[in-house]
Amino acid sequence: MGHRWGMVIDEDRCTGCEACVAACHAENNIATVGDDEASRGRALHWIRVERYYEGDFPDIRVKYRPVLCQQCSDAPCEPVCPTYASYQNDEGLNAQVYNRCIGTRYCANACPYMVRFFNFYNPVWDKPLDLQFNPDVSLRSVGIMEKCTFCIQRIKAAEIKAKAEKRPLKDGEFNPACVQSCPAGALIFGDLNDPDSRVSRLSKSSRGTTFLEELGTHPKVVYLKRDTWHDEQNA
Amino acid sequence: MNKTPEQINKDLLRPIYHATWRFYATAAVLAALVAAALFAWVYQMYYGLGISGLNRPVFWAFYITNFVFWIGISHAGTLISAILRVCNAGWRRPVTRCAEAITVFSLSIAGLFPLIHLGRPWLFFWLIPYPSERGIWPQFRSPLLWDFFAINTYLIGSVTFLLLPSFPDFALIRDRASGWRRKVYGIISLGWRGTPKQWHRLEMAMRIMAVAIIPVAVSVHTIVSWDFAMAPVPGWHSTIFGPYFVAGAIFSGIAALIVAMALLRKLLHLEEYLRPIHFDNLGKLLLVMSLLWFYFVFAERLTTWYGNFPGEMSVFWSTQIGRFSPLFWTMVFCNFLIPAPILAIKSLRNKIGWTVAASIPIIIGMWLERFLIIVPSLSYKYLPYNFGTYWPSWVEIIITIGTFAAMGLLYLIFSRIFPIISIWELKLGMPKKEEAPELAPAEAAAGQPQAG
Repeated sequence: MGHRWGMVIDEDRCTGCEACVAACHAENNIATVGDDEASRGRALHWIRVERYYEGDFPDIRVKYRPVLCQQCSDAPCEPVCPTYASYQNDEGLNAQVYNRCIGTRYCANACPYMVRFFNFYNPVWDKPLDLQFNPDVSLRSVGIMEKCTFCIQRIKAAEIKAKAEKRPLKDGEFNPACVQSCPAGALIFGDLNDPDSRVSRLSKSSRGTTFLEELGTHPKVVYLKRDTWHDEQNA
Repeated sequence: MNKTPEQINKDLLRPIYHATWRFYATAAVLAALVAAALFAWVYQMYYGLGISGLNRPVFWAFYITNFVFWIGISHAGTLISAILRVCNAGWRRPVTRCAEAITVFSLSIAGLFPLIHLGRPWLFFWLIPYPSERGIWPQFRSPLLWDFFAINTYLIGSVTFLLLPSFPDFALIRDRASGWRRKVYGIISLGWRGTPKQWHRLEMAMRIMAVAIIPVAVSVHTIVSWDFAMAPVPGWHSTIFGPYFVAGAIFSGIAALIVAMALLRKLLHLEEYLRPIHFDNLGKLLLVMSLLWFYFVFAERLTTWYGNFPGEMSVFWSTQIGRFSPLFWTMVFCNFLIPAPILAIKSLRNKIGWTVAASIPIIIGMWLERFLIIVPSLSYKYLPYNFGTYWPSWVEIIITIGTFAAMGLLYLIFSRIFPIISIWELKLGMPKKEEAPELAPAEAAAGQPQAG
C-alpha cells in the first residue's frame, strides 16, 4: 500500500510561537514581500498561526490554530484549475506544478482555508535571506500560485533513501520543516495508511476534528481541540 | 414611414460616404483612451499583477467584474435579434443589426478580460486542447475551460449571425460605388448577385442560425455563472446562478441596446427609422426583465437569510448593512426602483428620453451587481482571520474605462463600414410595394417578405 501523508495538530500544545512559520520560510524559499506588500495582504506564509480571542477583557483567552494546506482528499482547488497545475498526487498530496500554472487564481478562490498564495511580483527576500536558499526547492516567478507541499522534497528524499537501502520507511524518520521545528511538539506528521503510526493513532482521538468539516473536503490534517481541563483549571 | 427605396438607400448609406469632423474627433478621443488601457495592460504584464488592487483574499475583482458585465451586454444583440426573428416580429427590422453588432464587440472585449487577469497571460494557449509531445491536456472539469469553449462558440456564432444578412447590403454598396469602395465591397459581399437561389439560401441560413444561436447564448452566460457556482464559496455556491445570470445578461443587454440606438438615432440622423415605437417595445421587454431581476435577487437573498449558515451570513450582512451595503442599495435603486416605475407608465415609456433615462442606471446597476457577486464573497470567505477588502488601482480603472472606449470606437468604425440598419430587410418589411425596390427581382423571387 502506498503512503497517505497526514498531520495531527494538537491545539493543547500550540503556544503560538510561530517557529513553524520561520522554519517553513527557510525550508521552502518563500519570499518575504516586505512591509508595504504585507499590509496589502500579499504576504506569503504557507503555514500561519491564526489567533482567536475568546471572552471579554480581562477574562480573555487566546486560541492558536496553526493553518497550513489541509491536503484535502476532495480538494476544491483541484478540479477548477484549467491547466492541471493543481492536482492530487498518488500519495494524496494536493500538488502544485509551478511551471504549469498560468495564474487564474481560481484555486485560491475555491480554497476555503485560504492557504494558496499568489506571486503578485517577482519574489524578493530581506537580506541576507537571499544567501541561504534551499537548493532542493525551486523558486517561483511572478504570476503563479504556490502553497504548502508537506515538504515534498523531504518526503521524496526519504523515500529514495529507504528504497536504496531496501527497507520500508520508518514512522518519524523524517518530518516537514514545521513539524521538526515545533518546540512544543504540537505538530505530528506521518503516514495515515500505517495504522501503527503516531499520526494514525492520534487522528482517531476523541478530540480530533477537521477544519470546516461541513464542506466535505475531507482534509488529511486533524486538529485535536483543547481539552476541558483548561477550563477546569482556570475556574 | 413613407420613404421610397431610393430615399432609404440615401439615408442609410450616408454615414458610409460622409464623415464629419465630429466623427474624427470622437474617434481620436476614444482611440487615446484605448491606447492608455493598452499601455496599462503592458505595464501590468511587465511588473506583475501586484500593481493592481488585487490581494489575498480578493483574488478576483475588477477584471472579472468587467468580464461578466461585457458578456452580459453581449446578450443584447444576438439573443434579442434571434428571438425577434424567430417570432417574426415586424418591428425588429431597424433594430437587429445594431443589436448584433453590440454582441460581437462586447463579446470580443469580454473575451480579453480573462487574458488581462491572468498571472502569466502569455501562456493562455494552455487552455486550448492541442496535442503536445508532453501529452498534457487541459483540465476538462474546470469551469474556466468550459468558458473558453462557450465564448468561442458564441463569438463565431454571433459573427456569422451578423455577417450573413449583411451580404445583400454590401452588394448594394458595391453596385452603387466606384473606385476602391467598389473593389472592397466587391470582395466582402462574397459574390452576392441577388439570384433567387442566393436569397433562398440566405433565408434558410438565417432561419437555422436564429434557432441555433438561442441555446448557445443561454448556455454561455450559464457557464459564466458556473465559474462562481461551482466553487464552494459563500454567496457563489448557488443553484439559482445559471438563470439568474442569464436574466441579468438580457436585462443589461437590452439597456445597452436602447442607449446605443438612441445615440445612433441622434448622431446618424435616423429619426425616421428608429422611432419611439421601437423604444417603447424594447422598454416593455426591459420592464419585464427588471421585474424578473428583482425576483431573482429577492429569491436568492431570502433563501440565504433563512438558511442562516455562518459562512453565508458574513457575506450576506456585508452587502445588506455592512461595508458593501452602499453599493448594494445603489444597485437596487438603479436596477429596480428607478427604471421599473418609468417603464411601467406608458406615457413615459414611449418617450425616448425617458427610456434612455431608465436604461443608463440599469447599465450602472448591472455592473455593480457583478462586482457585488465577486468581491464581498471573497472578502468574507469563511475564516474571519483572513477577511480582507479591496480597492481598485489606477491600472484597473484605466483598463475598465478603456474597454468602454473600445466599445464606442469599434461601434463608430462599424457604423462607417456597415449600414447600421439592414436595408434589404427594412425594404422587405415595408407595407406597400407599388414602387419596386432596387433589389426587386431577387426579392420577388425570394417569396413573401419574411426572409430572415
